[in-house]
Order: sequence, then structure tokens, then C-alpha cells
Amino acid sequence: MIDLPTLWFLFVGALLGGYAVLDGFDLGVGVLHLFSKTDEQRRIFLNAIGPVWDGNEVWLVTGGGALFAAFPDVYATVFSGFYIPMILLLVGLIFRAVAIEFRSKQPGAGWRRAWDRSFSVASVASSLLMGIALGNVIWGIPIGPDGEFSGSTLTLLNPYALLTGATTVALFAMHGAIYLVLKTEGDVQRMVKGWVNHAIIVFVIGYTTTTMATLIYRPEMTALIRAHPLLFALPVATMLAVANVPRSMHHGRHGRAFISSSAAVLGLFALVGVGMFPTLVCAADQARSLTIYNASSSPATLMIMLIIALVGIPLVLGYTISIYWIFRGKVKLDSMSY
Amino acid sequence: MDVELLSRLQFALTIGFHYIYPPLSIGLGVLLVAMEGTYLVTKAPVYQQMTRFFVRVFGLTFAIGVATGIVMEFEFGTNWATYSRFVGDVFGSALAAEGIFAFFLESGFLALLLFGWDKVGPRLHFLSTILVCLGAHFSAIWIIVANSWMQTPAGYHLVTDAAGRTRAEITDFWALVFNPSSVDRLLHTVVAAWSAGAFFVLSIAAYYLLKRRHEVFAQATMRIGLALAVVAALASLVTGDLSAKGVAKQQPEKFAAMEGVMEASGPAAVHVLGWVDEANRRVVGLEIPGLLSWMVTGDAAAPIPGVKAFPAKDLPPLNLTFQGFHLMVAIGVGLIALAVIGVALLPGGRLFRTTWLLRVFIVSVLGPQLANQLGWMTAEVGRQPWIVYKLMRTADGLSRVVTAPEVLFSLVLFTAIYLLLFVLFLYLLDQKIAHGPLDDDLPADARHRA
Repeated sequence: MIDLPTLWFLFVGALLGGYAVLDGFDLGVGVLHLFSKTDEQRRIFLNAIGPVWDGNEVWLVTGGGALFAAFPDVYATVFSGFYIPMILLLVGLIFRAVAIEFRSKQPGAGWRRAWDRSFSVASVASSLLMGIALGNVIWGIPIGPDGEFSGSTLTLLNPYALLTGATTVALFAMHGAIYLVLKTEGDVQRMVKGWVNHAIIVFVIGYTTTTMATLIYRPEMTALIRAHPLLFALPVATMLAVANVPRSMHHGRHGRAFISSSAAVLGLFALVGVGMFPTLVCAADQARSLTIYNASSSPATLMIMLIIALVGIPLVLGYTISIYWIFRGKVKLDSMSY
Repeated sequence: MDVELLSRLQFALTIGFHYIYPPLSIGLGVLLVAMEGTYLVTKAPVYQQMTRFFVRVFGLTFAIGVATGIVMEFEFGTNWATYSRFVGDVFGSALAAEGIFAFFLESGFLALLLFGWDKVGPRLHFLSTILVCLGAHFSAIWIIVANSWMQTPAGYHLVTDAAGRTRAEITDFWALVFNPSSVDRLLHTVVAAWSAGAFFVLSIAAYYLLKRRHEVFAQATMRIGLALAVVAALASLVTGDLSAKGVAKQQPEKFAAMEGVMEASGPAAVHVLGWVDEANRRVVGLEIPGLLSWMVTGDAAAPIPGVKAFPAKDLPPLNLTFQGFHLMVAIGVGLIALAVIGVALLPGGRLFRTTWLLRVFIVSVLGPQLANQLGWMTAEVGRQPWIVYKLMRTADGLSRVVTAPEVLFSLVLFTAIYLLLFVLFLYLLDQKIAHGPLDDDLPADARHRA
């Protein structure tokens, strides 16, 4: 029987994994934004994510809330320990949000260029910072006897974290490019398809390097898979999903390519989860690592939140699927567009 | 400057700026339901135009609300980590519920509200408007529950672990949700948000009337706005009274500071206005003896515990709490008067020709905004020196590893960004208002040119 902390490990993982899949593509659109040439192309891109980016970001807000509620010590240690990167992430998320909303409000070229740059830089920075944070949680951070982070901001800029950061940017760029292929047609679509190829190559380099680095320097990440050989299916499935992205693109099956890249994002995130379990934050001194048992809320709270989640999640999935269904198909610009 | 002061300033700045927007979303949400509903029933073209115009404004305020809202959630962890460890078990659940029940609803259907005009039929669009409005209200519920728990904690017990760290854990979820102050404070906050929305649209409509532009649109907007304004302004008085009585019972130190009650015991006066001499523990100003005792208990001679009855280390900043409360009440009374006069002058459309009153309505948008800020300042400053009333002091809730230079850096950064956002918000809002309701916003058969 699965215990409550494990269940909440899965729930928080599902919320943040859902965030990575969903906001991942609109962050990726931001990463690619400056590669487009004309105002019309940029408007098409913004309107491709216009109706959904805000809902996508809610997965982060709710994931953060669930982390706060289920594992308050992780939330406290990581958010205060990663102070400067967290503040910069917030700045990135603010600029992304307002850039999308503000850009279309004035026709001037200077105005639009400024918001195009804000949107793109903020998207790259947000993706990079989230990747760096994840990398540090895997790599291990110095934690003192009081459970507080005992390093500095520079501690966080280690090579492994920078590698996961860069890989995250490439992954989101690939994911975003495929989303744009789905939402565009004609010349714009041809241009975007070219980007997919480049993004796949950069991502695969990052993915392979990160995997090698993890296997060499953090071999404990494979312990759970060694103990439960069935879990070996997960890295294999993830690799197949990645490989299926260029294959589907080649055959013109864009929907399948997007499903494959979504599966790749989820698979990679799940691999991190499987590697870490039951740890949530690795400490340099392993005895001080924050786990789902020493950092969780009381069983009563986890139970109450389980009920909240069981009521809420079907509703959330219902809205999300309906909204994506209603806004399916290619982008058409009209008077209410960005 | 020390970490505590800087972190408090940063929280005050970020929440104060954020709180310009959610009340507009809540208040405009109600108005959009009224406008679109009226259109569906009457089919009068002006209501469709009104809905579409204010949906665009709503989109702008909502975007800034979302962008600045995520800062609030993160800040509990970044700047108030010790507090987060202490309350996570209780407070975190309310935040998570807000995400699951409110934000997904709001953001999902906002997409249909903003972009769904041609994607779904009029009824489904109207349903989206209702759901966005409901989502905005749900989000108020959960955040007020969380905040009220910090004012009047209930449904928890304190648990100390093997390492000697103490935290609050839930014992009774419904006692937590319906803690002694949550219902009163929720009602007061929500009706105040309706005021913010109502006077916001009144201000825009009054401006058009004064400029003799879009007069049909502006008159119809005035009527809808006034209907909500009168209800909201009067309800603010009633719910404010309930809240204040609650504070008198549950947080007597805050109540004493709000009302400027100084003597340890004895009948208390209402100060119409005044200045608190904190050092000498006295209030200079205009007072009505015994009125406060009568308002709280129904007996003008009943004793109300004053500032001197409490140890100095448990008292909030007195004058700030007093002035915040008194200014809020004064503005609230002014808004009631304005709304009532507006309604009284509606018959025959006298209101639309009364130039001085239209001018007052133009600036009235600031009233609820100021009152909302002042009310929250009273509630939060008045709770000091506690972050969770009687359980944890604000100074003990800080992040232990964050340094003053780091907080100074983020404070300067947020100040600069928020100033920029505010200027841009005002500029874009001004542009939207100058642009006015569009001909395209009318139903196809009611447009002036094809």
C-alpha cells in the first residue's frame, strides 16, 4: 500500500511535470520568438499561446502551493536558499506575462521591439533558472544541521546545474517549435519546421551529456531502477519518445511529434523523480537530505489535501482539455487578437 | 537597514501593488456578468459593446494581477521561510486549494472570455464570464481564509519535533476554514472589491459624459455601475461593522489601536478624527464619548480595554493603525454618499448633466482603491508584532539564510519594475479609454458603418 508522503510526491511531481509539458511549450515559443522576422509572424506566435499560457502557468502556481502545503521544509529551504535565482525567476515570469499583454497595445515598432525582447529574454531566463534549480536539487546542495541552505548563490552555478539549465532551454525550444508547427501554416510553418530540426540537435546533445554526467557523478540516481528492473522501461520509453520526434516530423505527423515531445518532457521529469525518490532535495551531507518523510506535513493535512486534490483534479483536467479543444487548429488573427 | 525591515517593506510593496488588481477583477467580473446577461436578455446592442469594451480592460488588469500574484506565493518561501515551516501544514493547504479551485477555473475560462467570441456561442461565452467571475471570488475565499487564520488561528495544534522545532498542524479543517474572523473579513473584502469595480466603470463613464462622447454607452454604464456601487458601498458599512466587532472581541490590542482607546478600562469614545500621541498614550482630536462602547456592546458605559491594558511589546504601531482605519472609514462614508446622490439624480437623467458630480465620479475610482489599501494596512499593521496572532512574532518568521543586501537588491528591483508596470498600466488604460468603445463591439446589424 502506497503511503501519503509517496502519494504527495507523485502529486507534486504530476503538477510540476504538467507545468513542464504545458508552460514548457509556451516558454519555448518565447525562446524562439526573436528568430522570427516580421510583426505578423510574431503576432501569430503570441496568439498561438495567447489563450493558454496563463492557464499553463497556473500549474506552477498550484505546484508551488502543493509543495508548500505537502513539504513545507523543502519549500522553505529551497526558496530561501535560492533567493537571488528565485527573485530573477519572478522577474522573468512578470516580464513574460506583461510582454504578451502589452505588446499588441501599441503599433509603434520601437514599442513592439522592446516587448519582443522582453518576452524572449524573460522566457530564456525563466527556463534556464528552472533548469538550474532542478539541477541543483539533483546534484545536491550544502544543507546545515538546522536544515537551512548553507551555500551561496555562486554554489548554485555549478557545471551540472548549468548543463541541466541549458538542456531545459533546448528542450523547451524544441517543444515550443513543434507546438508552433501545429498552430501555423504556409511559409511560417515551413520556417518553424526548420527550427525544429536545429532544436532537436541541440536538445539531444544536452540530453546525452546530462545523462552521462548523471550516470558518472550521481550513480545513486539509478538505485531505484536497479532495485526494480521494470522501471528500466522508463528511460527506454523516454529515449524512444525523443527519437520519435524527428521521425514523426519527417513523416509530416505533427500531432504525433508534439505528443512525443510532451512524452519526452514528462519522461525526463519522471526519470528525475524515480532517481531522487524518496529524496526531494539532495544534501551534500546525505544524512541532511530533505526527504518525503522528514520534510512533509502531518498525515492529517496530507489526507485533507488528498480529498481536495481528488475533487479538484478532474475539474482541472476537464477545463484544460475543453479549452485546448475549443482553441484547436491554426491561428487566425482577428480584432480581439494580440 | 535590517533584514526584517527590508522584508516587511518588500512584502508591503509587493502586496500593495498586487492588490490594486484583484479587486478590479472581482468587481469587474460581477459587472461583466451583469452587462453580458443584460445583453442576452434585452438584446440592446449597447450592452454587447459595453461587455466587449470592459472585457478588454479586464484582460489588462488581469494580466498584471497574475504577473504580480505569483510573486506573493513565492515570497512566503523566499523571505519568510521560518514562517512557512511553521504554518505550511495549515496555510499551505489553503493556498493549494486556491490554485486548484480558483486559478484553474479563472485562467481557463478567461481564455474564452477574451478570445472566445467567435469560437463559442453566446450562452457558452456568458457561462465563461460567470465562471471567471466565480473563480475570482473563489480565490478571494481561500486567500482570506489563510490570512484570517493568521489573525485568529483555529483548528490547529502545536507540535514540537525531535529536533525541538515547533509548527502548527491541522486538527480540524472546517474550524480552520471557518475560523472566527474568516466569514466577516471575506464579506467585507468582497464587497469592497465590488466597490473597486463599480467606481472604476463609473469613473470612465463619467469622463465620457463630461466630454460628451459615447453618451448612450456612458449612460447605460453609469446605471449598471451605480446599481453595484450603491449595494457595495452600503454593504461595506454593514460588513465593516461586523468585522470591527469581531476585532474588538478577537484582537483587542488591534481594536484599541484602530479606535485610539487608550485607558486600560472604562467607557470608550469614537474619534471622528484625531492624532495619536504614542509616547504619552493619548489621542488629540474630536471624540464622541461613550459611542464606541455603545456600538460594540449596546451599553454606552461598558468598559473597552485600551492600549494601556496590554504590554507594550504586544502592541502594534498605534498611529498608523489608527489613521489607516479612520481614513478607510471616512472614504467609505464618502463613497456611500456619492453612490446615493448618484442614484437620487438618475431619474430624468439629471445626473448626466450635473457637471460637478461627474467630475467627482471621475476621481471616485481612487476611493475604493485607497480604502482597500488602508483597510489591509489596518488589518496587517494592526496585527503586529505578530505574524500569526499570539503564536509567532513577525521577526521570528524571517528566512534565516537571506541577508540584508540580498533583500535590498530584490526590493530595489521590485520597486523599479512595479513603477514601470504602473506607469505602463496607466498609459495603456488611458489609451483604451481614449480609444473608447468600438463600433466593432456592437452586434453586426447595429454598427454605424458596414
